[in-house]
Amino acid sequence: MAGLVTSFGSGAMTNSIKEIGDAACILAIGTNTTDTHPVIGLEIKKAVNKGGKLIVANPREIRLTQFADVWLQHKPGSDIALLMGMMKVIIDEGLEDKAFIEARCENLDALKESLKAYDLDFVEKTTGVPRAKIVEAARIYATTKPATLLYTMGITQHTHGTDNVMATANLAMLTGNIGKPSTGVNPLRGQNNVQGACDMGALPNVYTGYQGVADPNNKQKFETAWGAKLNDKPGLTVTEMMNAAHEGKIKAMYIVGENPTLSEADTNHTLEALRKLDFLVVQDIFQTETTREADVILPAVSFAEKDGTFTNTERRVQRVRKAVEAVGEAKPDWWITDEIARLMGAKGFDYKNAEEIMSEINKLTPSYAGITYARLEKGGLQWPCPNTEHPGTPILHTAQFSRGKGRFVPITYRPSAELPDAEYPLVLTTGRSLFQYHTGTMTRKVKGLNDILGEGKVDINPKDAQTLGIANGEMVKITSRRGSVTAKASVTGVTSEGVVFMNFHFAENCANILTNNALDPVAKTPEYKVCAVRIEKKSGELANVAV
Amino acid sequence: MADINLTIDGKQVQAKPGMTVLDAAKLAGVYVPTLCFHPDLAPYGACRLCIVEIEKMRGLPTACTTPVTEGMVVKTNTPQIQQFRRGVLELILTEHPHPCLTCWRRERCGPFDVCLRNVDVTHRCVLCPKNGICELQQVVDHIGIEQVEFPYVYREIAIDRENPFFERDYNLCIVCGRCVRVCQEIRGVGAIALTYRGSNALPGTAFGRALLDSDCQYCGACVDACPTGALIERNRKWEGAGERKVLTTCVYCGVGCQLNLTIKNGKIIESVPARENDVNRGQACVKGRFAIADVVHSPERLTKPLIKKNGKFEEASWDEALNLVASKLGSYKKEEVGIVASARCTNEENYVTQKFTRVVFGHNNVDHCARL
Ligand code: SF4
Ligand code: SF4
Ligand code: SF4
Ligand code: SF4
Ligand code: FES
Repeated sequence: MAGLVTSFGSGAMTNSIKEIGDAACILAIGTNTTDTHPVIGLEIKKAVNKGGKLIVANPREIRLTQFADVWLQHKPGSDIALLMGMMKVIIDEGLEDKAFIEARCENLDALKESLKAYDLDFVEKTTGVPRAKIVEAARIYATTKPATLLYTMGITQHTHGTDNVMATANLAMLTGNIGKPSTGVNPLRGQNNVQGACDMGALPNVYTGYQGVADPNNKQKFETAWGAKLNDKPGLTVTEMMNAAHEGKIKAMYIVGENPTLSEADTNHTLEALRKLDFLVVQDIFQTETTREADVILPAVSFAEKDGTFTNTERRVQRVRKAVEAVGEAKPDWWITDEIARLMGAKGFDYKNAEEIMSEINKLTPSYAGITYARLEKGGLQWPCPNTEHPGTPILHTAQFSRGKGRFVPITYRPSAELPDAEYPLVLTTGRSLFQYHTGTMTRKVKGLNDILGEGKVDINPKDAQTLGIANGEMVKITSRRGSVTAKASVTGVTSEGVVFMNFHFAENCANILTNNALDPVAKTPEYKVCAVRIEKKSGELANVAV
Repeated sequence: MADINLTIDGKQVQAKPGMTVLDAAKLAGVYVPTLCFHPDLAPYGACRLCIVEIEKMRGLPTACTTPVTEGMVVKTNTPQIQQFRRGVLELILTEHPHPCLTCWRRERCGPFDVCLRNVDVTHRCVLCPKNGICELQQVVDHIGIEQVEFPYVYREIAIDRENPFFERDYNLCIVCGRCVRVCQEIRGVGAIALTYRGSNALPGTAFGRALLDSDCQYCGACVDACPTGALIERNRKWEGAGERKVLTTCVYCGVGCQLNLTIKNGKIIESVPARENDVNRGQACVKGRFAIADVVHSPERLTKPLIKKNGKFEEASWDEALNLVASKLGSYKKEEVGIVASARCTNEENYVTQKFTRVVFGHNNVDHCARL
């Protein structure tokens, strides 16, 4: 979300879910919303039913394309060219919102300058989208207001993910679609509490509420509150920690409720890193591909057996309530971490319940200051919520941006880190399915879901399948520079020629064995969405599967 | 816009423009029986159960489709209306099993009791999963039907069990169309439609295919919309109403749908999307609707701390496990320890994890899998 911070000064969904249904225009780029955020998918359909225009930009023929007025089937990794191309059309045709730009934004000239590199021939060639469609999409988005822009990991999981995000912000500002109902730049966050984990400072560079660790004032504030000596040097991201473990610089890890073995890019590398550790503790509700590597496994309770809060993708903090007693001796994650901290001699880890932790969060986090359990009984609250009288904030940047003026950022197109070549001629892109969740730790325990989607398949375009002599349902071997997996081929027009697609939920055919952990330089997000692979018929020989 | 004043059964009501007579009646606390009406769907006006008398209007208009106007005088409960409603219901009941509906002993009858009337098992409410939580029952009880004049014809349709999550028993269907409309209007899927089999219109997939071969997304919206036992979640079929409900937030994606978990005997028996909120407003998806109880109550859950000894995990006490973890983590140089928090855990837990890292190890090597 670093991109949005640069542009607006704040990196979260600018508007709320229920506004989407009232938008006159929706640009959904890099999001398979009906599968990954089904209930937000309903809002999009609602807007379309009311006569709203829908522009879908996606390399795959997802369900949403059925409802779209314009479908831009751009090549994976070409989002910047597409978005900048649209901006070029808007500027050339004078469709920008001059009054808004004048009043609220800065640095337009630099953007204009950088747009010179995006003449439509280049854009058409890079994206594979006919120029007429790009022009049509640009006109619709610029003139049909209010317009909202939605994106998911299809935008961020690239080595140029931060640039992608800034490009979406440029486009929204250029057309004045910020700070009003049913507008905005709206990253739809994938996991249930990824927004909350970021808000709570489970990140190497910030405390709660994005208070930077490098800022001496913040350091002092938290040192006083916690009674401990703190460090102003930002730490390592998960991917960097895995690299450090690989190099022997990190010797012990404590993993709370994650399954990096399947979720990190380049599974073999992650697994090697975990195996090199001297000591690994994993806390989870089930055995996973990661707990198997552990020295100690601590049993945690599920969300239905504990109290707490999650923050959804629209910054809304909502209660999680204990519904049933814990299974066996399982404990809430906070309780376990508390016990370890106390045994290690730390002070300030004597919480009696989750509500007490929230009061401490309220005191130290301006944007969460007014979000108390008492208030949450009446329903969720959207941050920023600076005091207990504040109603919460459904729309960000209404009067001004968090950073003052919205900043147009000039962007240079960079191709993905790994492009197809003679040896690995196809582009692999990965994503989620409606019927499984994340690494499947939970959902694969549900027989009904497995009945519907119980194995990872690889989607191949009929033309590529024909060239390779592959039939629908046949087992194939997919190989990248990092490893290979086998999976059933699903021959389908859903993906375009030269592009293959896999879900990442399945350990047996683990897509992340193939993916590239090349990082975006700012956000440090691995390039899950583009890597080069080749596909072969699985001819008798045993596939070299790592897990 | 100004409020609209009207009178319902002698009560003064101030309604908002755009409201229907049915909405206004709810506002006034007057019960009007309905069957095809659903608050999230466009007015349909098919079952005619909600008819009322309105001064200066001819006939018996349906409350669910008639907009309020200034000065309206509405009666909802005259003998004529009740007579008409009884007729409507009796007609429905010629195609719906009703012996129990008109039997005074129903509430005291258990599934295995000997039936006073010697009724076929397939025709008994007391053997229907919806017994006690059925809208049709409530409506019949309100209007009061002692006996049905016409003979009941059993449709003899095989129960459809061809999908993993819910069963479709169209012998119990009253053709209110709520399932079809929710699938089309709210979900935008249209997996089912009213189809004709002989003279009867009934909901079904195109060409009577299995749901698995249709566009169905298994969201369960049709199950939640159904007023009878025709659509029933398989796992909770015989559980009845449950003991209590707990409102919580779904764990399966960033939408954060509000879900009501129904609890019985310490177990979750179902998870139904909550309506009163600004997030999901009565909707969910297959994961939040059908994939919660099986996960929470999975026999594969970890129940005890495990310590790996000679390459094998062995059960340990919390004391042993925690002491081992604390002493091991304390034995490295601080920068040699990395901590991974979780986007699946609560805010409070993530707060504690990052505080733990920063306070105990004096560095910032804490992160979670936010980037995917
Ligand atoms: S659907 Fe209702 S009325 Fe019909 S048999 Fe079941 S409980 Fe009785
Ligand atoms: S489960 Fe959902 S998609 Fe399937 S028929 Fe019912 S409403 Fe339609
Ligand atoms: S299945 Fe249920 S909701 Fe659908 S028409 Fe029949 S009674 Fe109504
Ligand atoms: S019910 Fe579905 S859409 Fe709603 S939060 Fe859960 S996973 Fe997301
Ligand atoms: S509820 Fe009004 S006609 Fe059915």
